[in-house]
Amino acid sequence: MKIHEYQAKQLMKWYGIPIPKGQPAFSPEEAARVAKDLGAAVTVVKAQIYAGGRGKAGGVKLAHNIDEVKYFASQILGKKLVTHQTGPEGKMVNRLLIEEGSDIEKEYYLGITIDRDSAEVILMGSAEGGMEIETVAAEAPEKIFMERVNPAVGLQPFQAKRLTCRMGFPGNARGKVQTLMMNLYTLFVEKDCSLAEINPLVLTKGNDIIALDAKLNFDDSALFRHPEVEALRDESEEDPKERAAAKASLSYVNLGGDVACMVNGAGLAMATVDIIKFYGGEPANFLDVGGDSTVEKIAEAIRIMQSDDQVRSVFVNIFGGINKCDVIAGGIVEAAKLVGLKVPVVARLDGTNVEAGKKILREAALPKVHLVGKMEDGAKLAVELAAQAKEAV
Amino acid sequence: MSVFVGKDTRLIVQGLTGRQATFHTKIAMEYGTNVVAGVSPGHSGETVMGIPVFDTVADAKNATGANASVIYVPARFAADSIMEAIESDLDIVVCITEHIPVLDMVKVRAFMKAHPKTRLLGPNCPGILTVGEARLGLLPTYIHKKGHVGVISRSGTLTYEATYQLTLAGIGQTTAVGLGGDPVKGMDFIEALTAFNEDDDTYAIIMIGEIGGTAEEEAAEWIKANMKKPVIGFISGRQAPPGKRMGHAGAIISGGKGTADDKIKALCAAGIEVADTVAHIGETAVRVLKKAGIYEKCHTAE
Repeated sequence: MKIHEYQAKQLMKWYGIPIPKGQPAFSPEEAARVAKDLGAAVTVVKAQIYAGGRGKAGGVKLAHNIDEVKYFASQILGKKLVTHQTGPEGKMVNRLLIEEGSDIEKEYYLGITIDRDSAEVILMGSAEGGMEIETVAAEAPEKIFMERVNPAVGLQPFQAKRLTCRMGFPGNARGKVQTLMMNLYTLFVEKDCSLAEINPLVLTKGNDIIALDAKLNFDDSALFRHPEVEALRDESEEDPKERAAAKASLSYVNLGGDVACMVNGAGLAMATVDIIKFYGGEPANFLDVGGDSTVEKIAEAIRIMQSDDQVRSVFVNIFGGINKCDVIAGGIVEAAKLVGLKVPVVARLDGTNVEAGKKILREAALPKVHLVGKMEDGAKLAVELAAQAKEAV
Repeated sequence: MSVFVGKDTRLIVQGLTGRQATFHTKIAMEYGTNVVAGVSPGHSGETVMGIPVFDTVADAKNATGANASVIYVPARFAADSIMEAIESDLDIVVCITEHIPVLDMVKVRAFMKAHPKTRLLGPNCPGILTVGEARLGLLPTYIHKKGHVGVISRSGTLTYEATYQLTLAGIGQTTAVGLGGDPVKGMDFIEALTAFNEDDDTYAIIMIGEIGGTAEEEAAEWIKANMKKPVIGFISGRQAPPGKRMGHAGAIISGGKGTADDKIKALCAAGIEVADTVAHIGETAVRVLKKAGIYEKCHTAE
């Protein structure tokens, strides 16, 4: 789960990490009020969306008086911001962060994540702050320094000290940076983060250390023990179809093409997206119905896929293990009754109760449903039907 | 012969009194798995389908001489159950549970260092099945056929899909191992490949990977250096949008690796033939076995 920058900063502040003074604002008037209270020589107006690259896209502005704050706020709010992380469709800006400008001496990078292979929490630091850390990793990996944490004892002061020295902080700022690292590690572990990033971490001309930007991602599997984190969720930032799917315990990712698919199991679902592409189609989505499907859940999955106007065919690819083919078939029939089948549905069923499932589909004799024997044939047919529908438009 | 589990496995089921555990234990017993004990705190003295239930893994092991455990425990308690099983120095612990917090698994992996004897399979995995001998987990039994090909996969349904394609092509299996899809987990490809490489009954191996991490790339290196038997590969996720699954900081550590194309390239460079689509895993296996001159030995039509 992701949260906004201003929420991440509030959490960091709670853990003793210095952040610029500031407040969120939801209207130009509120932005002006916050700026007036701050009374800073330079005020920063920052768009709050769940994506990076805001600065380059015009989502971060420096204002020198209250009128400018109000003007920039009205320019950014309610508009779509297109960054390299939002995709071409962009993201609507509904919130701003208004904060005081900082007197920057130098920018650094600090991040914490989990290394899946070694099963360790890792701190990463670099003197190349402010830019895309992926670029640094690709072009100059020697400029990124790492500390691996033993989970039994946690981050040790000598590690924070070593990382601080390697990152090249001047001697009189090092103590503050070490404390910040220890605090960020504590936050990471106590809140079950999957990623904590401060980019840039700023050394000011006055020799202070400030988290100028902040990003926190959380482990979805651990949210059950963090209701306070769950409460920060901003549903308007999530894809409406992905949100509806999550509510129905479906795993759905929008991919933008016209051949939808409904599959059981993440691995087979990914492989199904691949095979649609292999036969020349454009996959509309990734959809894993999970392991314990009910007729209602399958009907909801079909409703969600069909709610995408771009979709021209649906490929149902099921290998029943825990799932039963008769339940899947029942779901297709139910969806036809409840919401109607708007596009052709190609169904390949194998595994548990396969004969019962095929029987249900044959007896329902739905004109839009095509039952196929082999996965390969199903993928080809779904691609072909989508292409035909496209030509007919 | 087989790998990891078989006729000699004496199995504990942790969380046996739960619905899913009872359901799958019944199938496992019908398949011939030697289930000797269940563990459900507060239920000691009870029996489930004739299996004695104990409060702790240590009690169950002492009373029955168990050497393996399968865990069906809800996510918030599962890491604790894994550590309890590891502390009893069983040969293998299989955890089926999905959605265990990642930092809990970080602790489990650190805990395992003090108990090197125990292998951990999973979590979030379909389990392991040695054909005709033992079933730990969720694998459907009817898709298997006794034979000489080993199956290793990170995905549940892809394990079933690949196994069933082999069976339909007349190619039987020794053991199917589902490694699971969690970022921080126990057994990885190399550990399973090592066991199949040493198993006299296994003549070839199917290895099914997916995007994320670098386990497939490392396995490819290992295969190039050590593997005595043909390996057939498949990788899912060629069309996955980058960044949807893994945060970018994860990609920094792996040096920007982890895409399906990287993995396929690494496997090909190690001389492994990779199926172009999920529908062609069985066909690709047949072709590789014929090329290696072991198709007849592997074709176990009954």
